[in-house]
Amino acid sequence: MAYQRKDLLGIEDLSAEEIQLILDTADSLKEISTRSIKKVPTLRGKTVVTLFYEPSTRTRMSFEIAAKRLSADTVNLTVAASSAVKGETLADTAHNLEAMQPDLLIIRHQASGAPHFLARRLRCGVVNAGDGLHEHPTQALLDLLTVREAKGRLSGLKVAIIGDIAHSRVARSNIRAFTKMGSEVTVAGPATMLPPYLATMGVKMVYSLEEAVRGADVIMMLRLQLERMGQWFFPTLREYSATFGLALRHLALAKEDVIIMHPGPINRGVEISPEVADGPYSVILEQVTNGVAVRMAVLLLHIGGGEKS
Amino acid sequence: MSLLITGGLVVDPSQNLTAARDVLIAEGKIIALEPPGRLLPEGRQIIAAQGLVVTCGLIDMHVHLREPGEEYKETIASGTRAAAQGGFTAVAAMPNTKPVNDNATTTRFILERAKLTASARVYPVAAVTVGSQGQALAEYADLKGAGAVALSDDGRPVMNALLMRRALEYARTFDLPIISHAEDLHLRADGVMHEGVVSVCLGLKGIPAAAEEVMVSREVALAQLTGARLHIAHVSTAGSVEIIRRAKAAGIPVTAETAPHYFSLTDEAVEGYNTNAKVNPPLRTATDVAAIKAGLADGTLDAIASDHAPHSSLEKDLEFAAAAFGLIGLETSLGLSLKLVHDGHLTLSQLIAKMSTNPARILGVEGGTLTPGAPADLTIIDLQREWQVEVNSFASKSRNCPFQGWRLKGQAVYTILGGKVVWQA
Ligand SMILES: [Zn+2]
Repeated sequence: MAYQRKDLLGIEDLSAEEIQLILDTADSLKEISTRSIKKVPTLRGKTVVTLFYEPSTRTRMSFEIAAKRLSADTVNLTVAASSAVKGETLADTAHNLEAMQPDLLIIRHQASGAPHFLARRLRCGVVNAGDGLHEHPTQALLDLLTVREAKGRLSGLKVAIIGDIAHSRVARSNIRAFTKMGSEVTVAGPATMLPPYLATMGVKMVYSLEEAVRGADVIMMLRLQLERMGQWFFPTLREYSATFGLALRHLALAKEDVIIMHPGPINRGVEISPEVADGPYSVILEQVTNGVAVRMAVLLLHIGGGEKS
Repeated sequence: MSLLITGGLVVDPSQNLTAARDVLIAEGKIIALEPPGRLLPEGRQIIAAQGLVVTCGLIDMHVHLREPGEEYKETIASGTRAAAQGGFTAVAAMPNTKPVNDNATTTRFILERAKLTASARVYPVAAVTVGSQGQALAEYADLKGAGAVALSDDGRPVMNALLMRRALEYARTFDLPIISHAEDLHLRADGVMHEGVVSVCLGLKGIPAAAEEVMVSREVALAQLTGARLHIAHVSTAGSVEIIRRAKAAGIPVTAETAPHYFSLTDEAVEGYNTNAKVNPPLRTATDVAAIKAGLADGTLDAIASDHAPHSSLEKDLEFAAAAFGLIGLETSLGLSLKLVHDGHLTLSQLIAKMSTNPARILGVEGGTLTPGAPADLTIIDLQREWQVEVNSFASKSRNCPFQGWRLKGQAVYTILGGKVVWQA
């Protein structure tokens, strides 16, 4: 099939076939990163702009490395939230950038829907690198790739996603991604962090970590944002990690070949114990490696065709 | 040795049973219920219960035992002796002790003291917020692990609706009910009795019925939003009964209790500035009393709990405005409640449901049933026995009872806890 999208805004827009194509493309590009000269000329002459309204070293860097390995030129603009308030509007910033004729704009913004707002206004393609609580599609794609490599398939797997689902764009994208690919997703966390209408997204909701990981092929721990404590989502870090932190003893409940994932950066000893994060089941570093491959695939599929630019 | 209770009328709402049965007890458990004469008496201790009612041990789901911290008012030992004497085999102890029961260590202390000194089962209710200050969530997983059965900031309701929402959600995570003392503190202000004709005549500042009703409405809305188990404590007004009735009809997970003083007394009891009739929520009007009785009869109100709140003369022998809120109730609760049966408002089975089976279900604790295998907690009641309330015969350490001298009909004559007689009239 041909990939025809101008923008990648969320997993919600993608079909299973499109996801499959991105993963297969990423697979074929992965080898480039193992060469001694990690560069191919595929996107020579293309310009990729990353526009980040939230600090995120690793996602921005992952996109940048991906672009460089394909020989695209990259420009990074990081806008502090405070200066954005005083400064020009998102639309003005984007139009100014577009006047410089980039081929692709990669945006992270604290407002859900900000990439959609830009996509409606810009002629160049827009890739969502995380919007508010909404989606983080390339994270979900790299997670799918990691699981597919480990398990050889995506359908029929039991995936447990644990933690602050309510405030997690990673969770929303992954719920959509894994259910689309035929996995069975269970989410767990304190009820303060499980929005009541989540079940409509086709997931099973439980309030117990033990119940969620029982029989799981994949356990994905979410990063706990520590400031949530002051907002009454949980009483203390101690109780959170005692009730929803993944420890070695939980792994015995899961499938023997379970893999442990985390989008990073991890709070060691909070949502995941050091023994688990560093243990043999952990694929956390593979996720990072696959992040580059998936983002190379996205860049290639969006601006590698020639006719769109 | 096994115990056989013969010839009584067994009332067990949990199995919809009201019939003549002999009850066999051994090793602290109910072994069998059989029609009279089938269980052989040889080698067994016998309690002859002809003419008496044999029923599930009563459970008072709302008491203040004052230990730790205010042992001069009550202790776990004295409070549970009062419970046994009043026919109760279990009580739920509110967390407003000193220190507040907002941590596993205090919960464990209460259970440890109960193990050593109590004449009834003690189920700790832990605080919703740290110190019941309404600022931060307590550690519910830890509290449940230590033995807390429910959560309440009784007497210091959580005024911030967002925090209450989170508390309900967090409690739902661990399947703990939250017991709400529903009162808007801003609306209550410095009121000391029900706001109405009597408060105006006495020149005392009033607490409007609305102070309770706006909070009951809020709690019901939050229960609907969160799906958490919400229990409304000591319902006192007609308006609250109606709000709860509608909530239940809409399928919202709410239960509710009232206390004997809310269907036995009106605000007129305050006349003469009687501080033993100073209680929170306050005694209301005859219209409210009628609505409470109707709410009990139609099942809107699931439970009767005493809100046993001991205070010494230090807190009560004062001018009305300065006196503490609260009255003791463990030793009058059954007698006052049986009047509802004698007057035809409730069947005996309905009353036992509200004083045993339903509290057990709401709190998620054992008891409230005589099914074989259940703990042998039983109350044997003489429905016809007439007696006079005499506070000086109470096992409670405190005397703040507005029913002194009342003549009541019906009393617990045996209280049996885990197969052992802990009280005999
Ligand atoms: Zn109260």
